[in-house]
Amino acid sequence: MYVSHLQLADYRSYESAYLELEPGISTFVGPNGQGKTNLVEAIGYVATLGSHRVATDAPLVRRGAERAIVRAAVVRGDQRALVELEITPGRANRARLNRSPVPRPREVLGVLRTVLFAPEDLALVKGDPGERRRFLDELLVARAPRFAGVRSDYERVLKQRNALLKSASARYFRQRAEPDLSTLDVWDEHLAAAGAELLAARLALVAELQPLVAKAYGELTSSGGPPALHYRSSAAPDEGHLPADRAALAELLRGALSEARPQELQRGVSLTGPHRDDLQLRLADLPAKGYASQGEAWSYALALRLSGFELLRADGDDPVLILDDVFAELDAERRRRLAEHVRTAEQVLVSAAVPGDVPEELVGTRFRVGEGRVERE
Amino acid sequence: MYEGAVQNLIDELGRLPGVGPKSAQRIAFHLLAAETADVKRLVHALVEVKERVRFCSVCGNVAEEEQCRICRDPRRDAAVICVVEESKDVVAIERTREFRGRYHVLGGAISPIEGVGPDDLRIRELMARLSDGQITELILATDPNLEGEATATYLARLVKPMGLKVTRLASGLPVGGDLEYADEVTLGRAFEGRRSLEL
Repeated sequence: MYVSHLQLADYRSYESAYLELEPGISTFVGPNGQGKTNLVEAIGYVATLGSHRVATDAPLVRRGAERAIVRAAVVRGDQRALVELEITPGRANRARLNRSPVPRPREVLGVLRTVLFAPEDLALVKGDPGERRRFLDELLVARAPRFAGVRSDYERVLKQRNALLKSASARYFRQRAEPDLSTLDVWDEHLAAAGAELLAARLALVAELQPLVAKAYGELTSSGGPPALHYRSSAAPDEGHLPADRAALAELLRGALSEARPQELQRGVSLTGPHRDDLQLRLADLPAKGYASQGEAWSYALALRLSGFELLRADGDDPVLILDDVFAELDAERRRRLAEHVRTAEQVLVSAAVPGDVPEELVGTRFRVGEGRVERE
Repeated sequence: MYEGAVQNLIDELGRLPGVGPKSAQRIAFHLLAAETADVKRLVHALVEVKERVRFCSVCGNVAEEEQCRICRDPRRDAAVICVVEESKDVVAIERTREFRGRYHVLGGAISPIEGVGPDDLRIRELMARLSDGQITELILATDPNLEGEATATYLARLVKPMGLKVTRLASGLPVGGDLEYADEVTLGRAFEGRRSLEL
């Protein structure tokens, strides 16, 4: 698939922008702070309904404007789809697909699929577990949009359960009153059910990623390997073998919840479940976080993204590949190998401050970005 | 901002559910332009609803007497109780004319975020109704969202020792709809709840 048109209104630095894109490679060049990343970020937003740079929507709206609009036309085989998003901070976003409003923005997920490489990706290796959980969950949603619902159900149960734990623990400390545990049982049940579904999907995904990551890493560098992925569940702390089927996982979560309960009541927060898990990245059997060199960490991060790309591609359709300012972070050898890898994608969008950073085979159609304008060279 | 009384009215209207600032303003000016008699009638209706309407002492539905129309009706099956969140759900189910039992209105669903626990709902009253042994089936018709499901699970656990039949409304596909337009969750539920065709 590829994006054929992108139109922005009051998005970040753009009052308005319109560009036509083609399959193959397009490069956006221009000095820093001119809005290159904003363009690719907007395309990423259409695919994931989130920015890779910020957790909230407020910064996406141009200062002084009330809402931002992103419109993208996507071509997939001989099908065309038009996705329009209206981003209003503090309120629910609105979405239209082929000019008809959809009841929930979530329903446009899957129309456009992207794999985005960005300088922030280093956090996949060196950052908190949350970064790696997000990587897995976003890939799940990209492959099967239904998981956006699974994820939001889980988060909702978690919120309700945390609210209950908080009030129960407050009551316990203030009045030494035994909390009413019968409703907690109910939320445990729902947390285990929703958690097991998410957990089972993550485990299956990790198993699929494993060989792809090993292969991609080996092609990027010969140092540090081989890489291995270990999913660490907060419900099974001692690296025990995790069952694959949902009923067994729900049982595991139920057990962990009842074990953690006294502590949870004391601290007023849910301490076990997929929201506390980690995907441990190992290199030559040592945790990459802490042991990997800068170069190895970058290779690992790239290998994870490339594996995501391979998975989506294997599902039958090339996702749009976005390389946001990553070449500046890499040495010449890694640049070349990455370029080799991604060249074959149906559409590649590259942003760079210094045109010389982009390997020659990846230049393609050049757009010059400056002062809130985008011009094709 | 408008002067005193007008702004006051807009603010009051704006506090109603589903009424935003723009709608509040439109309604306020509509009232301002309306005949005094029409406005008086609206005021009367508002006051009357607060003075006359109360909640049925048995089921918690809105009523004009001690008990609501359904609880007073001797033809309704006293052995089956359908539990709903709000009075408006009673109206929705009544429209189907499928159900001949009685209701129990909880007054909401369990939601810790909003500070609503079992004690804030009419669950104690429900338990009292169930204890007389006349009731054989409890239908849980809370909303099919997370809070409604949690409330249903809670009730099911609570009444389990009493040994009555507890059922939950099925979720599934809308009648007259197209399969391809159903969202995945609904379709998944419909699969789970599929039944065999008896010919």
